[in-house]
Amino acid sequence: MVVSPTREQVLGWLEDVKDPEVPVLSVVELGVVRDATIDIHGGVTVIITPTYSGCPAMRVIEDAIREALELRGVAQVSVRTTFTPAWTTDWIPESAKAKLEAYGIAPPGPVMADDELVPLRRAAAGPRCPFCKSSRTTLRSAFGSTSCKALWVCGECTQPFEQFKAI
Amino acid sequence: MTLPHPALFTALLRIADDRLVLGHRTSEWCGHAPILEEDIALANIALDLIGQANLVLQHAGAVEGAGRNEDTLAFFRDAVEFRNALLCELPRGDFGVTIVRHFLHGLYSVLQWDALTRSTDQTLAGIAAKALKESRYHVRHAGEWVIRLGDGTEESHRRAQEAVDALWPYTGELFMQPADEADLMAAGFTADVSQLEAPWRAQVDDVLRRATLMAPADVWMQRGGRDGRHTEHLGHLLAEMQIVARSHPGAQW
Repeated sequence: MVVSPTREQVLGWLEDVKDPEVPVLSVVELGVVRDATIDIHGGVTVIITPTYSGCPAMRVIEDAIREALELRGVAQVSVRTTFTPAWTTDWIPESAKAKLEAYGIAPPGPVMADDELVPLRRAAAGPRCPFCKSSRTTLRSAFGSTSCKALWVCGECTQPFEQFKAI
Repeated sequence: MTLPHPALFTALLRIADDRLVLGHRTSEWCGHAPILEEDIALANIALDLIGQANLVLQHAGAVEGAGRNEDTLAFFRDAVEFRNALLCELPRGDFGVTIVRHFLHGLYSVLQWDALTRSTDQTLAGIAAKALKESRYHVRHAGEWVIRLGDGTEESHRRAQEAVDALWPYTGELFMQPADEADLMAAGFTADVSQLEAPWRAQVDDVLRRATLMAPADVWMQRGGRDGRHTEHLGHLLAEMQIVARSHPGAQW
């Protein structure tokens, strides 16, 4: 039987596809999935955008999207990549940010304003510790275990933790 | 659809090869950086740079229309076919050289990506908007380190100054507008890199001053990479980067 899903159905199904490196967020919540179109034969095209240019998870995400839709009976799945508009952590909804924090990853703050092309001074306020909620946190490394994260340490509970880089 | 300009392919290689070669150089630090945090930082920067190169080479392959993709272009071109600036291929040196080079090239990168976000080539403009965010993040990291090293201990100051002196003769090439890009520039495809030198210099001077470092004056500027004339270092880098792909062409895993 050929299933001809709606766009909303497809996007709903993709909520089951989690980011392989941050499995608490779906690829829709992360903003990687931008849209889905359905042709007259029920074929689905999912439009995605990469988080970082070199993010090694993108191919895995593409495969996972295909697999998830095929499981739902979609006969023809194609995944198309777009770069415009460029991915930003501002797309991550508040509900997903709460999930990140509960998972132990500090959510991204707002993206810094573009008033300075080459900003050397860091924004004053750091993230609060996702474990003890203290705001006495220090940046340990601007880069972390994946492209999208930075490494912090809590001065209160001494727990090191990662933060989603605001970009 | 209008045919792409014949010079566009080469112009895209110049953009991509800077990131590919510098990205590979930077990856040499993986497991060797002075502290764990920097090991992670340099590996991340390398990944972003190689990712940027990947996107631009993909586009270059499509523009060329000869069936070459990003992998063919990265792994099956010889040194004379690379169009990166010489600055990117120099050996990694010590941590000071690595950081100073990331700062000098990163700043150029930010200005170039920013200009390319206004390219009439929509794909290139899209890649630029994405890469700009990453490069701003990189240069902030490198700039902070330049200040820390320059205004640090006697040894870190000496090494940072030596790095500036050694790399400076390779910075001029970044701002030499290739003659074969004149038409492209007029059509708004590529950015006029000669226009980027003044804002670059202003930012460099600001950071060097805070780092108590000096830019050398009246230096002869080396050139050649944009036309495929490279130092002996590029061949060695490519040998290592390309050996697996060339030994097992088309291998999948």
